[in-house]
Amino acid sequence: MAADHDSVYEEFEGKIPLNLLDEVRESLPDKCNKTQLKKILEKVYAEYSTSMIEPGESVGLISAESIGEPGTQMTLNTFHFAGVAEFNVTVGLPRIIEILDGRKNISTPMMEIFLKEPYSQGKDIKELAESIRQAEFKDFAKEITLEITEGTLEVKLDMDKLKRVGLNEAALGKIMEKSLKGFTLKIKDDLMTIKSKTKGENISELYKLKEKVKSVYVAGIKGILQVLPVKRENEFVIITAGSNLRDVYKLDFIDKKRTTTNDVFEIEDFLGIEAARQSVINEVFKVIENQGLNVDIRHIMLVADTMTLGGKVRGITRYGVVSDKASVLARASFETPIKHIVEAALIGEIDPLTSVVENVMINQPVPVGTGLPELVSKKQ
Amino acid sequence: MSEVFLNGKFIGNVENAHKFVESFLEDRRKGKIHHSINISFDEVLNQVYVEASRGRAIRPLLVVKDGKSLLTDRHIEQISKGELSFHDLISQGVIEYLDSMEEENALVAFYEEDLTPEHTHMEILPLAIIGLCTSLVPFGNFNQSTRLNAGSKNQKQALGLYVANFLVRMDMDVNVLHEPQVPIVETIMHKSSDYEKHPSGQNVVLAIISFDGYNMEDSIILNKGSIDRGLARSSYFRPVISEELRYSGGLIDEISVPDKDVKGYKSERDYRLLEGDGIIFPEAVVAEGDVVIGKTSPPRFLSSLDEYNLTTSSRRESSMTIKHGERGVVDFVLLTENEEGNKLVQVRLRDQRIPEIGDKFTSRHGQKGVVGMIVDEKDMPFSASGIIPDIIFNPHGIPSRMTISHLIEMVGGKAGALSGRYVDGTSFESEKHEDLRKELASLGFREDGTETFYNGRSGEMLKAQIFVGDMYYLKLKHMVANKIHARARGPIQLLTRQPTEGRAKEGGLRLGEMEKDTFVAHGASLLLKERFDSDRTIVPVCEECGLIAIHDEFKNRSYCAVCGENAVVSNIELSYAFKLMLDELKALGVYPKLMLKDKY
Repeated sequence: MAADHDSVYEEFEGKIPLNLLDEVRESLPDKCNKTQLKKILEKVYAEYSTSMIEPGESVGLISAESIGEPGTQMTLNTFHFAGVAEFNVTVGLPRIIEILDGRKNISTPMMEIFLKEPYSQGKDIKELAESIRQAEFKDFAKEITLEITEGTLEVKLDMDKLKRVGLNEAALGKIMEKSLKGFTLKIKDDLMTIKSKTKGENISELYKLKEKVKSVYVAGIKGILQVLPVKRENEFVIITAGSNLRDVYKLDFIDKKRTTTNDVFEIEDFLGIEAARQSVINEVFKVIENQGLNVDIRHIMLVADTMTLGGKVRGITRYGVVSDKASVLARASFETPIKHIVEAALIGEIDPLTSVVENVMINQPVPVGTGLPELVSKKQ
Repeated sequence: MSEVFLNGKFIGNVENAHKFVESFLEDRRKGKIHHSINISFDEVLNQVYVEASRGRAIRPLLVVKDGKSLLTDRHIEQISKGELSFHDLISQGVIEYLDSMEEENALVAFYEEDLTPEHTHMEILPLAIIGLCTSLVPFGNFNQSTRLNAGSKNQKQALGLYVANFLVRMDMDVNVLHEPQVPIVETIMHKSSDYEKHPSGQNVVLAIISFDGYNMEDSIILNKGSIDRGLARSSYFRPVISEELRYSGGLIDEISVPDKDVKGYKSERDYRLLEGDGIIFPEAVVAEGDVVIGKTSPPRFLSSLDEYNLTTSSRRESSMTIKHGERGVVDFVLLTENEEGNKLVQVRLRDQRIPEIGDKFTSRHGQKGVVGMIVDEKDMPFSASGIIPDIIFNPHGIPSRMTISHLIEMVGGKAGALSGRYVDGTSFESEKHEDLRKELASLGFREDGTETFYNGRSGEMLKAQIFVGDMYYLKLKHMVANKIHARARGPIQLLTRQPTEGRAKEGGLRLGEMEKDTFVAHGASLLLKERFDSDRTIVPVCEECGLIAIHDEFKNRSYCAVCGENAVVSNIELSYAFKLMLDELKALGVYPKLMLKDKY
């Protein structure tokens, strides 16, 4: 039975998208015969054809209006997590602008780390979270004093904190020696004495050394500045301020399928362009959703496609996708007209006048909608 | 140890800031330090600020000591006898001025009964916390502050008797209300600001009804009968000014009826109202295009030869005319001279403004609205006693704005009108609305202000009891006659050949970029082209070099200035603005080559 069905399916391949065919295949009752299946597929095809966008529809402009109009109603606010200092997230219009502009450095990078069992049920959750956080030397110092007469720094170590990340004073000393050159260390219980090797120190040199020492990376994952374990529905999730997807994926206790970041470029770098496209869609849609607005996701998909079709993520700016426009006039009408006109003049660029803006400028019908069809005539 | 700053500049330290401030205040109250100098202490920053600079807002308050105001009954007695003035109270230290910084250190009581030993000051009058214009809102303390703001803003735009000598003034763009009245519901500020000498509204009978949808979205219904009797009628004054300017070479403008051979001569009809001296006569009825002051100017440049030719006049026409859409009557003609001793003529125009659909009105509570319909008196709803309201106000304006004062003024106005007295509506110290309702009941009306009404057209009784009362209404200076504007065809700009902008130039209404986008989104491509046809031109283009060619109308032949007589030239249609851009590119040294191709 399944074999002769396959021939019917093959007939519709290329007419109906594969995932629709699969859906039919899965939901088909067993007693369905060949002719009935054919009828079903014909109906699916007819339905599919009517829901396709017609040629000449201005999908880009409609997307722009559909995202732009609700954008005027968005409130400018940042979201705070209760109780944790310096833990806020850019949302609303600024966030959308940030994503669509394709900014490399987003204002609040953030990760959502999902965990494997049994950690997702809360096992050692605080310790796990703490072990991820980037720890610097200053986090383990109770007190740093400048001994001006000796020309040394005296650091009182916080032994409890050291123990919590699985280090002792000797291990800390080794890390310090590895990453910073040009000074000697002496450790006596919880007292660390740091002396620079260069002779003739003055106070300002010593102060500079102190600042250098303070920011030495000791443990955790670089870039993860804050961690916050939260319970979401029936599992624990670690939310972080700061993002480092590549290094977080190296951890063995995380759920790699669901762990994600809000930094589109990090996703592009680590997971590829398709993932980046999906990330743009997710991030924009998340903002629109939590503002209580209703925008069809296909508008956002179109924007994401436009941003990523070149193989790397580019923003909707004059340096990004707008610079790809074929028409000089269209580019000049967006931003920095003089630059575009001068450059076009230098290389003798030809404007084919195939798009909307340039045809509005010269008062010709724009090639969308009713302006698209043309009369074809044979030359004698 | 605290730092001391004088006018924002550090001047030194004091050991005990509290003691320092205290002794400073004592000296100021004694008159040793001027009363406009303020001192304040910021405990968090541990800094003392002494301010004597200009531009600070300061306000007077009564000084309180040990929970008692320094202003005693004796003071009040002396003031009422005229033995003591406000300034005496300041020099005695009973009243002092605080600026915003010093207010931060003060605890101010609102009423005398609120006083505790912690208080440092007390309000002279509770009304003093609000400004002059806001004090003019009756029962203002029943409202949200935003409504008070709106109410006081609206009152500034009301028509009234702005000066008493307006007949001998030449003010630009002013209005005078014909029969202004003093409000029945007034506040203490009306009395103390001599409001009766320059009132700016009229008392009307207001009913709160939804009327056939013609008063939706804050619009109001006016009674035609009330308008005929002169309600909210006003005059609009505007001067036309012209002077004889002197130019280099001893040339001068001349105010006179222009000769027919003057450059730019209009038509005989336009000059018909001018008298021999070139100036219009008083009480002349003028309309758009009529000349008010005839004037000619000498030629701009004495370059071309024919301007030395004495036989033909080379003077230009530069008369003052009535602008597009304006009309009126010449009210007053003034002949004088300016600072340089040149002849100066000012003509004041007057235009009577009868309320019409679109004129803006407001009560004193930020309840502004535009006239939505003018209803014949016979069609207006009327009460059981035969009262026909002047204005119908929509009930939907009340709930969201919560202007309780609006409702209380109606009750108060009704009680005041019926018993023939003025009602005090001063914020915080007004007559109690319970008393006003009792008064209304004693006058034979329902105490909540409602009455039975009848439909003016069918005579049926309205099912609802209608809230009706007397209220002070203001006509605002925004009248449709000054704003109405439409255009189908009209003047265009010289440079771009696109329609001019603005009502004064009979301009078009711009279909902007975002509006254009909606046409594109609908795929209405050819409609879009039609909309932007306003500067459409046909230009000849040389097919060889792609530049604009020349068409010789006389020989009916096109040729290219670059490629010569035999070049192929085609006519194409494009927007003039684009042709202009091509010209500008050429001026930049960029060669914009049009490559033509057959469309079909």
